Amino acid sequence: MTGDPGIVVVGASLAGLRGAEALREAGYDGPLTIVGDEPYRPYDRPPLSKHVLAGELPPEATALPQQRPLKAHWRLGQPATALDRQRKAIRLGDGSEVPYTKLLIATGARARPWPGEGAHLAGVFTIRGRDDAAALRLALARPPRHVLVIGAGLIGCEAASCCRDLGVPVTLADSNSTPLARVLGTVVGGTIAECLRRAGVAYRAGTQVDALTGEGGHVAGARLRDGGLIETDCVIVALGAIRDTEWLAHGGLRADAGGLTCDAACRALTRAGDPDPDIGAAGDVARWPNPLYGGREMTVEHWGNAVEQAAHAARTLLHPEDPRPYRHLPAFWSSQFGINIKAVGLAEGADAVAIVQGDRAARRYLAVYGRSGRSIAAVSFDQARWLPSYADRIAEGAAFPPILDATDQGRVEILAPGFPPARRGPAAEGRMREVAHV
Amino acid sequence: MRVVVDLNRCQGYAQCCYAAPESFELRGHEILFYDPAPPDEARPRIERAQQACPVRAISIEPAGLDRDDAP
Repeated sequence: MTGDPGIVVVGASLAGLRGAEALREAGYDGPLTIVGDEPYRPYDRPPLSKHVLAGELPPEATALPQQRPLKAHWRLGQPATALDRQRKAIRLGDGSEVPYTKLLIATGARARPWPGEGAHLAGVFTIRGRDDAAALRLALARPPRHVLVIGAGLIGCEAASCCRDLGVPVTLADSNSTPLARVLGTVVGGTIAECLRRAGVAYRAGTQVDALTGEGGHVAGARLRDGGLIETDCVIVALGAIRDTEWLAHGGLRADAGGLTCDAACRALTRAGDPDPDIGAAGDVARWPNPLYGGREMTVEHWGNAVEQAAHAARTLLHPEDPRPYRHLPAFWSSQFGINIKAVGLAEGADAVAIVQGDRAARRYLAVYGRSGRSIAAVSFDQARWLPSYADRIAEGAAFPPILDATDQGRVEILAPGFPPARRGPAAEGRMREVAHV
Repeated sequence: MRVVVDLNRCQGYAQCCYAAPESFELRGHEILFYDPAPPDEARPRIERAQQACPVRAISIEPAGLDRDDAP
């Protein structure tokens, strides 16, 4: 091979696409290669667990708009399997080698598979990719007699909501007392528990599923730790995600199941702790010290981060002389049970939550989370227009609660947020730094 | 054609629903449901929706975009 191999983007995802567009927008006109393990051009994931499951959108409708010509070599249907930094090349699943001058890593994450017995039974699903959603949609259209959703995070709750819209009986099992307990605490999680109850979802709090049991190769039930059994012919495993970093194992970078560690400018760190100026990372896979949180290392598995971090990492690759820190206020949205949920900041670790707008009983309110007297996060249930004002206060680290004298405010209720105790075990340290969908 | 809405940014002003009612729909108080792959003939209405959005949350693939791969 002669000449400049150019920039290689690994991951044909939202982050990969927006990163590639940012490179071109900034004037990069050299060779550009985009590698993706799936056979599809980049697509949008949020509709998969909502409108695709509901049968309102075909899976292929989620293809993302491309905002400018990329003139890229697309290498789709080929996972990256190894990184060789000395030779500046990556290896693909078919054994071929792709050299790079610079590399943007956006390999994202994949659904955490069912860890116990019964993972390979027919009728057991995860929701992450287009094919996952298409397969689950086919099963829901039949429909199943009963669906068991394991894990009451955002994806689990959205899936349960869809099943109820389709009229399918659903049980949602989670180890915590309310849904989204780790992300939002059990006080706010209680609002979602109430939505579940009203929609007719059987929420099984404090429930550990030990094994899935089958009959003739198809799932037939779930065995619980307390000895109980749930009969079901469809299981949705919604236990969060694992970062796709195995292919980096011998690349000499700081990569593990929690992500690829980067410096503040989103350059991958070598094992020695120096940034590799030719390798950037963005999206779900990138763990970086966020200046907005005093340099705390985090990965942010949300749509807005994929877009912004990809553009930031692309800029860093093109301007090695001027690395700038990536300062990001995490944000996500979810729609479920007819309610629009939006959040900014990281609520985990909050010691108080204040209901600053609206009415908790009516399930239409805005709550702000505080820690040591500072506002750190906010969540809105059908009150999205208030959120930007609070997001600004949170980004500034304003006192808690941040706004107390608005003319449209009622009495501000301040409560303990009710976060479950931290998980124990070897995985706990890695997990506490994440904003995982679990 | 391809459309995506930044739903972090969307505040449910519903201007898109007036401009292109067959492609954008508000559900409940503020859930936006939209067609990410509307037919090409909807483009003029979708572009009006994009212009009408007070928070500029709608992205559209440009008409006639050169999606060609590198030679």
